[in-house]
Amino acid sequence: MTRFTVNGHELSVDALPMTRLIDVLREQLRLTGTKEGCGEGECGACTVLIDGTPVNSCLIPVVQVSGRDIITVEGIAADSRLDPIQQAFIEEGAAQCGICTPGFIVTARALLNTNPNPSRREIREALAGNLCRCTGYQKIIDAVVAALEVD
Amino acid sequence: MRGDALYVDDIRPSDCLYGATVRSPIAHGKLLGISLDPDFDWTDIHIVTAKDIPAQNVVYLMTEDQPALADGQIMHVEEPVALIAAPSRDRALEAVRHITVNTEASESLLDPLASEGHAIKIFGDDNVFKRITIDKGGQAADGIVVEGTYTVGHQEQLYIEPQGMIAVPREDGGLTIIGSMQCPFYIIKALTPMLGHDRMNVVQAATGGGFGGKEEYPSMLAAHASLLAIKTGQPVKMIYRRDEDLRATTKRHPTVVRIRSVVDASGALQQWDADIVMDGGAYNTLTPVVLSRAILHVCGPYRCPNQHLKGVAVATHTPPNGAFRGFGAPQAMFAVERHMDRIARTIGMDPIEFRRLNLIRDGDTTPTGQALVDTGAEIVLNDAMDAAKAPFKAPPIHPGGGQGRYAQGRGVTLVFHGCGFTGNGEARIKGKVAMELDGHCVKILSASTDIGQGVDTTFPQIAAGELNIDTDRVSNTPHDTAMVPDSGPTVASRTCMVVGGVVKKAAKMLREALQAETGLTSNDFDELIAARLHTVPLRVQAEYVDDGSMDWDDATYTGDAYPCYGWSCSVVDLDVDLDTGEVLYRRFVGSTDVGKAINPVIVAGQLEGGAIQALGYATCEEVVLDEHGRMRNDRLTNYIIPTSLDAPEMITRIVEIPFAGGPFGAKGIGEIPMDGPAPAVAQAIEQATGIVLDILPMTPERIIAALENQP
Amino acid sequence: MHTSSAAVWTARTLEEALQLRAEHPDATVLAGGTDLMVFIEAGAIRLDKVLNLWGCTELAGVETTNSGIRIGALTTWADIREVSNLPDALRECAATVGAAQIQNRGTVGGNIVNGSPAGDSLPLWLALDADFEVASTQGVRRISAQDFWTGYRTHALAESELLTAVHIAPNAADSLHYRKVGTRMAQAISKVVLGGRLRIENSQVTEARVALGSVAATPLRLPTVEAALESGQGVKAAQYVTQDITPIDDIRSTADYRNTVATRIVRSWLERCLERT
Repeated sequence: MTRFTVNGHELSVDALPMTRLIDVLREQLRLTGTKEGCGEGECGACTVLIDGTPVNSCLIPVVQVSGRDIITVEGIAADSRLDPIQQAFIEEGAAQCGICTPGFIVTARALLNTNPNPSRREIREALAGNLCRCTGYQKIIDAVVAALEVD
Repeated sequence: MRGDALYVDDIRPSDCLYGATVRSPIAHGKLLGISLDPDFDWTDIHIVTAKDIPAQNVVYLMTEDQPALADGQIMHVEEPVALIAAPSRDRALEAVRHITVNTEASESLLDPLASEGHAIKIFGDDNVFKRITIDKGGQAADGIVVEGTYTVGHQEQLYIEPQGMIAVPREDGGLTIIGSMQCPFYIIKALTPMLGHDRMNVVQAATGGGFGGKEEYPSMLAAHASLLAIKTGQPVKMIYRRDEDLRATTKRHPTVVRIRSVVDASGALQQWDADIVMDGGAYNTLTPVVLSRAILHVCGPYRCPNQHLKGVAVATHTPPNGAFRGFGAPQAMFAVERHMDRIARTIGMDPIEFRRLNLIRDGDTTPTGQALVDTGAEIVLNDAMDAAKAPFKAPPIHPGGGQGRYAQGRGVTLVFHGCGFTGNGEARIKGKVAMELDGHCVKILSASTDIGQGVDTTFPQIAAGELNIDTDRVSNTPHDTAMVPDSGPTVASRTCMVVGGVVKKAAKMLREALQAETGLTSNDFDELIAARLHTVPLRVQAEYVDDGSMDWDDATYTGDAYPCYGWSCSVVDLDVDLDTGEVLYRRFVGSTDVGKAINPVIVAGQLEGGAIQALGYATCEEVVLDEHGRMRNDRLTNYIIPTSLDAPEMITRIVEIPFAGGPFGAKGIGEIPMDGPAPAVAQAIEQATGIVLDILPMTPERIIAALENQP
Repeated sequence: MHTSSAAVWTARTLEEALQLRAEHPDATVLAGGTDLMVFIEAGAIRLDKVLNLWGCTELAGVETTNSGIRIGALTTWADIREVSNLPDALRECAATVGAAQIQNRGTVGGNIVNGSPAGDSLPLWLALDADFEVASTQGVRRISAQDFWTGYRTHALAESELLTAVHIAPNAADSLHYRKVGTRMAQAISKVVLGGRLRIENSQVTEARVALGSVAATPLRLPTVEAALESGQGVKAAQYVTQDITPIDDIRSTADYRNTVATRIVRSWLERCLERT
């Protein structure tokens, strides 16, 4: 049994220790907001926060999150209001097909938590582990810039 | 935003099994059968082979050549041979590893340039899926002759959500098919001959990108999931892992284009002859249509009295190629624009001025004899050049702190793109849209799936615009073929322009139906609703009707090829790192005529996304094949698409030259952004370094080799 | 997806780690997982036993000592970027590893022991004359970076040893350089990666280290180039780069590209360093 916190809830999960965190989240906890795009840590669609730090959940065995604090996209919005990043994504048109969006939201949230005033270049670098095929990134960067004005 | 949207892998029918595919390791030969490892526990595993197919072993698209499962012969590596269903993903993949595909290999034909008429037969008598010839005019008088050969490779669509499908047995013995797709009705047409009936409904789940890669391939995956669902009597889900998706699914058609042109002493084009060879892979799929679009665009947006365009699409023993945004036009436009640069270089003229001199203008005819109106080539060229005067807002991103040696260059290209299906395509489809009044709200029922291009926003805007009500009151319904009419496929830059037009028509019909019901002549929608004596839902259905204004002869390939054309100019600024051959994008400026931007944010999103896909096509996306024609770089680590650090800042200019036949003047814009950037990159590299590359992708390896060979 | 059913032992302290290593020398050591988990998922390896070091905080952290800097093996690339008294070139290297999510999990020790010929940091350890501190229940010893990678993905650790730290003694007067040429600007595997160090005294190169990755079965120093530099040939030393390396054609690039680009980036580095002094 592995104990950890997900989106503020303490849980105990029965899974083989090398089970990927993404599978524990999606299959056992039914938190399907975290997506699998590649299974090799390249696309970032599986990004979650562990103790506030963005990581690829497809590369993390559940044994290593014991006692840790995990936030998934489902935990980004505070109650029923959207996080400023989510709001900005909507307003700027930063989501097209939406499959990469949860990963970007999580990574961007972590960025603004640690660097409240990043330049566009710094935003691009912080998000470089999240691949998008639809937008060409322009509106995603615009959305993060818009969000930091609200944050 | 919250992760609530349900993509196919998020959907969990109860008692759902997991499916996987056993594939051929060889490119061509006899399929002798499969053997199961006797030491593996097969008790919870179901296996399906060709002998389990209920009716015809075919996945139908345009022809009946592609089987659902190989039977007796193998025609390409990764060809599906058998299917597995198991209680879990791990068990299914384990089972696949314990199956051996027994084959007797024979010589395979992998080179498209050798295919036509080759002794090894793949398709028909001569391996030709389609041959097209267009002739306008004759031979030019003497002039300056320039010849060139242009080669483009495969490109992978790389939707971030891999292909996936669920098949669920229905109580009536039919099937419900749910999955990631662009064209729900294609699946019904594809599976009906295989199942021997059409008792199925197909439901589009939220789809994480398509770009054409989910136009026809989902039919194959639906066929497989269905066969497993029939065999087991349970729902079966199949989700491709990324490496399988890369190896086994369709790609952009590799193409070789030869062009021979004649210009007169002033630099005006007098003759333009182009010859295309396109690699379709092992089966027909929709290759003839890709060739068609390539041929129709391999003249470029230029006027020329004598144009002879021909081409063949041929078969090779490789996984079949398919739709990818642009659909033959990006390949053709790369060749055209590179050739324009070649001519300009030969006669010593500035490449932009050379283009300006030869732009097609109102009243000029295309190679098929279509007289153009409202041409936009010069408008977008001037607009883009103007926008490109803006100073760069930030220094370029150079790896390692910019410690290298760089050469800066700019490339400018012009393209046009026929919107919608060629000729009478739409007249045949007769796309339908239904609309319902539900209380105060309006529901749009169509087969046009939102794959990220914003249909779920744009259609409501069109309907709301026609009805003069708030967009909030209008929404698209889920795309379930049991509930929506066939609007035609979500492809070909037709969704907004053509189907959106039918949406507008349906809205008008809805208002007229209310007027008829209430006896009022008012156009005020709320007034009409209030005057109703009851609240019974009201439903209308509109259909695309060909207005007969397009005159197209498919047999001779003459007449009006497209209802209208979009125009686009790309300006790419970049640095070439002279030590490493890396291309570092500084900025991209695109100016595109969209007819009318119903939703400018969505339109810009399409233009920007397509441009970055085209930059990837230009310099980093390469499909590397082994000796069996199998993709070797079948992981995202090794198939390289641009990250946010690779993609430049973009200036996106929207120009509007309205098209009377589109809703509020809108033209199709989904594909045109794919056409211009790659040759603009080639021109910029040439300007920066002097090296001339006529091949895609222009990888650092190719650039360094060219730099090393420079005198 | 291949969920590994391997048995896992988790070490919370260094002592536990060494003990477990001695008891289960056949267990695969797992740190951040950014390499190992990819192999498992691809079905490329089957593990029965895993020794999990993640969370063994004793193994992480950077300390400055009298003799130099000690970098714990479990220090992540993200951590490296934050430590201001580490050499700039090392922090630049950390910024080129994958992207943020990978930097948050990938470790210095993982990169070293994984020993890929394309390992992003490996040429820098060679250029810095780094010493690797390795430990077992029998004691602690040092292995120089120069002696560590003995062959393709093989290393000099004895069966029950663990890499515990990297020791460097950077001289602020040295000119240290890092250049990675990858497949794109982020999330890139290196095609050629350079770590170089020059000590210049009275306009002479008194010490030269030139190391490259992705050009041979292991990362390696270029002895002919180093000797040429130390004998005063200056920028011309770059002509010997191809003599010391044996690149191949592979899925990402070609031998020709690697030979040419390695020479060019070494030359450009030398031009910048030497022609300014």
